[in-house]
Amino acid sequence: MQDTSDAFTEALRLITTLDRDLVEIILMSLRVSLFAVLFAMLIGLPVGATTAISRFPGRGALITVMNAFMGLPPVVAGLAIYLLLSRAGPLGEWGLLYTPEAMIIAQTVLVTPIVAALTRQVIEDLHRRYDEQLRAFGLGRGATAITLLWEARFSLVTVVLAGFGRAIAEVGAVIMVGGNINHVTRVMTTTITLETSRGALDLALGLGIVLLTIILIINGLAGMLNSFARNPRLA
Amino acid sequence: MLPLAGRNLCLMRGTRPVVDDVSVTISRPEIAVLLGPNGAGKSLLVRMLAGLVEPDSGDVTWNGRPPDRQRAIRLGVVFHHPVMLNRTALANIRFALQAAGVPRHEQRRRATEALVTAGLGERARVQAQALSGGEQQRLALVRAMATSPDVLLLDEATANLDPGSILAIEDLVHQARNDGTPVLLVTHDLAQARRLADRILYLHGGVLEADSAAPPFFSTPPTRRARAFVEGRLVA
Repeated sequence: MQDTSDAFTEALRLITTLDRDLVEIILMSLRVSLFAVLFAMLIGLPVGATTAISRFPGRGALITVMNAFMGLPPVVAGLAIYLLLSRAGPLGEWGLLYTPEAMIIAQTVLVTPIVAALTRQVIEDLHRRYDEQLRAFGLGRGATAITLLWEARFSLVTVVLAGFGRAIAEVGAVIMVGGNINHVTRVMTTTITLETSRGALDLALGLGIVLLTIILIINGLAGMLNSFARNPRLA
Repeated sequence: MLPLAGRNLCLMRGTRPVVDDVSVTISRPEIAVLLGPNGAGKSLLVRMLAGLVEPDSGDVTWNGRPPDRQRAIRLGVVFHHPVMLNRTALANIRFALQAAGVPRHEQRRRATEALVTAGLGERARVQAQALSGGEQQRLALVRAMATSPDVLLLDEATANLDPGSILAIEDLVHQARNDGTPVLLVTHDLAQARRLADRILYLHGGVLEADSAAPPFFSTPPTRRARAFVEGRLVA
């Protein structure tokens, strides 16, 4: 009990003194997850919107795959990226394995289906209401998709925040392709795993507190945006 | 865009025809009221004329050519439940103007003028979805009118509104006609048809039973069901 209490006190000290290692790990986590979410948005938003407003052969199968991949096990994604990027893999000569870029790729693979599938659902609901009016305005498919993405902006920010939550809290894939190398690919989740296994609870606890705080902030923001969007006088 | 014509339009729902061999032409500045009871097929007929619903047979032409997306904006369509974009009243009109290809520097002026016409000048910065039902319907109408459409198609645009809002919208409809825009207005409200119509198209059970000037229609309805409707009797 005394050990835990000491570790907690030390963890708070690390946070309040902005310990260099702690800050470095937090910044690496944010960098990896923010880039992954950015790439997931660039892919997922147009794919989701296009799937929502278009009818094409295989659409049902695509939706099923997107929905299923929302629950893609991180270790499976990690393994797939590892095989791609390992020296013997098809992209091995790029030399990306055990780099932050490999971790960004892995997290992008995990977050993109979430962004695409939820975007598809949000846009499809909106499209049902707006379709005739937008066609009466003479909008083509591209302009319709862009208009609906803008109309759904508040819901989509929540979608993106959900994706960021998944990315920042993920451990399995990034540890496989990042290797958890000190000062290179160490992020909050992988460090917590490592430090806990070594019995060094202070850094693990400190990072745990920061991670929890980030996730709480994300959820708070999502809740605020929802209230904002529901009030048409403010939106 | 004129004449806006539908020839021998048929639309089936299952095995039942909901629009049955209807031909309509809109070609001059007038208020044509598409009148009939609920379920007569009025809204579907307007949607076919607007190019939003494909007929099972027959054809729709806009100035002799089939409907196309590029010219759709030249029809001003207002629906029973107006679709307000999630932005201000002013931005809603600017959106329509942009879709119509109006230059950016003209959009604000024209949008502001349209809002003033609708009596919504003070509400320009209010989110459109926060406006009252009557205000939204007025906004939808001036949004359609702001693009200077060749024809206005209004589908039950005053249903469920209070008398003040109905009056405001009817004033706008008169103004559009007086400015030279043909209006096709769908309603099942006989009193409104009497107030507005230059011409009556009476639809019942998907069949166009009358297409005539308004005064003779009301004085001598041409069919038994039209007569019953005009006399306010309940008919199946």
